Amino acid sequence: MSELPLSATADAALQAAPATKARGYWATVGRRIMRDKVSMACALVLLLIFLSAILAPWLGLEDPYKGSMIRRLRHIGTTGYPLGTDELGRDMLARLIYGGRLSLVIGILPVILAFCVGTSLGIIAGYVGGKLNTAIMRTVDVFYAFPSVLLAIAISGALGAGILNSIVALTIVFVPQITRVAESVTTGVRNMDFVEAARASGAGAFTIMRVHILGNVLGAIFVYATSLISVSMILAAGLSFLGLGTKPPEPEWGLMLNTLRTAIYVNPWVAALPGAMIFAVSICFNLLSDGLRSAMDIRN
Amino acid sequence: MRAAYSLHPLPLWERVASRQRSRVRGLSPRRDPRSFEMTVSADRTPHPALRATFSRKGRRKKEPNVLAYTARRIVYVVPIVISVALVCFLLVHITPGDPLVAVLPADASQELAAQLRAAYGFDRPLPVQFGLWLLRALHGDLGNSIATGRPVLAEVMRAVGNTVTLAIAAAIIGFTMGILLGLIAGYFRETWIDKVATSFAIAGVSVPHYWLGMLLVIIFSVQLNWLPAVGAGPSGSNSWAWDWAHLKYLVLPAITTSVIPMGIVTRTVRALTGDILSQDFVEALRAKGLRETGVFRHVIKNAAPTALAVMGLQLGYMLGGSILIETVFSWPGSGFLLNSAIFQRDLPLLQGTILILALFFVFLNLLVDIAQAAIDPRIKRG
Repeated sequence: MSELPLSATADAALQAAPATKARGYWATVGRRIMRDKVSMACALVLLLIFLSAILAPWLGLEDPYKGSMIRRLRHIGTTGYPLGTDELGRDMLARLIYGGRLSLVIGILPVILAFCVGTSLGIIAGYVGGKLNTAIMRTVDVFYAFPSVLLAIAISGALGAGILNSIVALTIVFVPQITRVAESVTTGVRNMDFVEAARASGAGAFTIMRVHILGNVLGAIFVYATSLISVSMILAAGLSFLGLGTKPPEPEWGLMLNTLRTAIYVNPWVAALPGAMIFAVSICFNLLSDGLRSAMDIRN
Repeated sequence: MRAAYSLHPLPLWERVASRQRSRVRGLSPRRDPRSFEMTVSADRTPHPALRATFSRKGRRKKEPNVLAYTARRIVYVVPIVISVALVCFLLVHITPGDPLVAVLPADASQELAAQLRAAYGFDRPLPVQFGLWLLRALHGDLGNSIATGRPVLAEVMRAVGNTVTLAIAAAIIGFTMGILLGLIAGYFRETWIDKVATSFAIAGVSVPHYWLGMLLVIIFSVQLNWLPAVGAGPSGSNSWAWDWAHLKYLVLPAITTSVIPMGIVTRTVRALTGDILSQDFVEALRAKGLRETGVFRHVIKNAAPTALAVMGLQLGYMLGGSILIETVFSWPGSGFLLNSAIFQRDLPLLQGTILILALFFVFLNLLVDIAQAAIDPRIKRG
């Protein structure tokens, strides 16, 4: 019974103390990025573009494949066609929104695939070290000997045109870059005490990589990968622009830009619209990635 | 900050900046508070050529020596060149379909096909084919273009000349703008001037440059009719000349090509300037009464090696990644050649163009590293 007053005072002291709730790292990062107006604006724009692409069939748009020879190349602002029509008389608004579906997939999927492959390779190379590291990293160096645009175009040119081939080509371009980042972050972590402790307590190499290394390197690799998305969007649309990706009549921003090129003398601003979409997505991902980077740098 | 992509090139400026950082400071404070912009970068480890001297074990060569560094760096290039050749060789062999299709008449008999296959050496095992191909390539024989029948090497070299012209013009515009914007942004950090310059840089690396090319054509060729939209010289002129009649064809492609290097150089120079200005020696210089112009001289001197390396890499990306811009402007360079090789399924030409562009890139990288070691005494110490 004598303890009761004591614990009561301790309770009171706790109540009086300022509420300092310990936040996790990611919660802090999240809070910091929410306060960043530029990042939030970009996130909002991206959200709108993604949502409209996903919900395209339910938005009551014109059929993006249905053309008409009598209403070709209408100007922006024509009644019924707020963004005009393309060279085959198809509604530009519908094509831009539907185009987002394919464009976003072929732009983002390669980075996701490369993120998975590159992170695994990099962590294995960095943690196991030795001959395996040499083998993986020297192979990666070979791909660094090609400018990445050239490599992407060479691979998809050799494989032939097609959506799948252009995704494969871009994945091959990004894997070496992500592997390098993953490897260098991993070598920084592998000799830390907690890894040593895990090894001493009998954890196997796979467990250590999965539990102890992955969690500590994922953030840095993730930020790097987000910065690749904008490049990937531009390159993927660029491949379609060259005729190496999507085939007509699929709506896809790069391909639309290509087919509308001949229309620049008739209706230049409609012809430029698909590029504006690529630019918007690309710059938003870039700014978001920058915001994420500085939000994750807690010390600043 | 950016990733590698020649178009947008991203990552590379960082790669060099951080590479140098690790060379200078050792395998490095992973989070140097002054350099948060560079903490997530493509490459924090020393350049592979330097790993031996600058390894995790912390061994160091005692005598810094540019020649030794150069020799080591050149030796490292040999396996890279061979692997690059291997990739180019395999590229043709991953192509779906028989490589003979292009030369074989549709109704060719089995015997004729077998004969041709033997004549081209396609019946030999792959490693043997590669060896023979490499041997011929070393003698400058990359085969003949299927479309034109002319030697691939001559075709590529003629086109590369035009690409170099374009890259140099773009480099002059992009690097000048980038250095100026970067210095100003770094000096006036966190002010509105910095924000404007940084926005330019972000826009430069985010813009799909083939679209920017179209926009410029729309404005300056279609609407204003000031500059020609396509080609590399007035009709009837076969070779490039440095007069206005030719130069006006260069303006739009060069501006379009320059935006990515502009963005990347701006970001690099801004980060370097901010980094240097926050160091103690700058405070000491100011305390001793040095005027700001004098301080600036020190900033430039310290930023030069890294900035030059980034610019060297960018030049390489412009040479290798020009295909989209050359297609938009019908500029008769190596990218345009590559484009036609792809669509005519002209495999020897495709292979040769990629090989030569990649070799250009490898040797430019080599030159950049050696030049950097020559002007920055800290590097050869590794």
